[in-house]
Amino acid sequence: MIAIIDYEAGNLTSVLRAVRRLGFDAVITQNANVIDCAERLIFPGVGAAGAAMEVLRRTGLDELVTTQVQQKKKPFLAICIGIQIIFEHSDEDDVDCLGLLQGNVKRFADNQLKIPQIGWNQVYHVRDHPIFHEVPDQTELYFVNSYYCEPADRSVVIGETDYGIRFTSAVAKDNMIATQFHLEKSGPVGLRMLKNFCEWQP
Amino acid sequence: MLTKRIIPCLDVRAGKVTKGIAFKDNVDIGDPVAMAKKYYEEGADEIVFYDITASSDERDIMIDVVSRTAEEIYIPYSVGGGIRNFDDMRSALLAGAEKVSVNSAAVLNPDIIAEGAKAFGSQCIVLSMDVKKVDVSDEIPSGYEIFINGGRKAMGIDAIDWCRCGERLGAGELVVNSIDADGAKTGYEINLTRMIAETVGIPVIASGGGGAPQHLYEVFTDGKADAAIVASMIHFGTYTIPEIKYYLHDRGLPIRMNYH
Repeated sequence: MIAIIDYEAGNLTSVLRAVRRLGFDAVITQNANVIDCAERLIFPGVGAAGAAMEVLRRTGLDELVTTQVQQKKKPFLAICIGIQIIFEHSDEDDVDCLGLLQGNVKRFADNQLKIPQIGWNQVYHVRDHPIFHEVPDQTELYFVNSYYCEPADRSVVIGETDYGIRFTSAVAKDNMIATQFHLEKSGPVGLRMLKNFCEWQP
Repeated sequence: MLTKRIIPCLDVRAGKVTKGIAFKDNVDIGDPVAMAKKYYEEGADEIVFYDITASSDERDIMIDVVSRTAEEIYIPYSVGGGIRNFDDMRSALLAGAEKVSVNSAAVLNPDIIAEGAKAFGSQCIVLSMDVKKVDVSDEIPSGYEIFINGGRKAMGIDAIDWCRCGERLGAGELVVNSIDADGAKTGYEINLTRMIAETVGIPVIASGGGGAPQHLYEVFTDGKADAAIVASMIHFGTYTIPEIKYYLHDRGLPIRMNYH
């Protein structure tokens, strides 16, 4: 069973529907026991870093998620705001985040670019990874973001995208994968990547 | 590079897709969920449902369409037309829509934009507007005026001012619908679209008038639009989405081509 972690951030049901459509058993939950029983975790969501961290701290999900990822080594997929709050600090709301990966989250510079970035943009495969199985390099995937992560350790970067600058759009380390783009809204290719995660044995 | 989006719009009345000319004379042309699925499979970058009915029992039919669509398509889609207040926004988003668009309700009560943006995030809130060309005046210096109620009521608001206001209140995107061009299939209102795209820092979606792939090329280049709504030109089989995409891609525009 896959636990989709509910930290009150945006549209989680679209992830649930997509995962179920692919034939996997999944549930949206905040419950510590359910999360502890799950074999893998998805950490989706839209919204602001400050509000997300406030909910995670208030519910104790911050420590629970950290334990599940770092000690129990469960396969873990973070999407959109998820990729941002697994780093150490976000400039959005100037908030300290989970620190599962080293690095910070910055805002796109305001020159000439529309912010947020909304739409389909290409993802360059920087490094091969099972999440990219049967996904062509430079395929367009769906983004909605004003901020992007800057990993301290470049070796975690698996995908990059151009939006004024070339920014990190996907990272992976050990049992963790995180994407800035929305797999659940990226058409058949996005569903393929979700399936790759659901079948992934790190 | 961020691609130019091609967005089919399905006008829905009593659970059926319908299409009119210049906001009148509607004919039913199909089932909204089936049509959304077909366009999804053909490579639409997003889908818009526009509820052209007014009564509240028909609103429930629309929510049912939205939630059945969520089982079928895995790209963003938005709902507009019947969004009058915060609860309407909430129920459309809960049913599975990625975004909601507000039009007349926002003109009458601009705070709804800020309320929606605060609760759901700016990326969920699309400000849609119906615009008509008028004589330049002190009140309407751009010569483009905002209308409501399906193009029937002039509001004495300049379109450019309204776009600035919408952006400031927290709208994440703007849909600019030209009443003059709607359904005529003679091309988008390029001048209006470009004026707005150069004024705001959020994406601008051109609407009304698309009749041929060349019209999309013009509005993406001269009109500086980030996305364009298509309706009649694909609903009646005149063109398909892949035909439009190949046309634009062949002419060097960034278009999402890998959608299988």
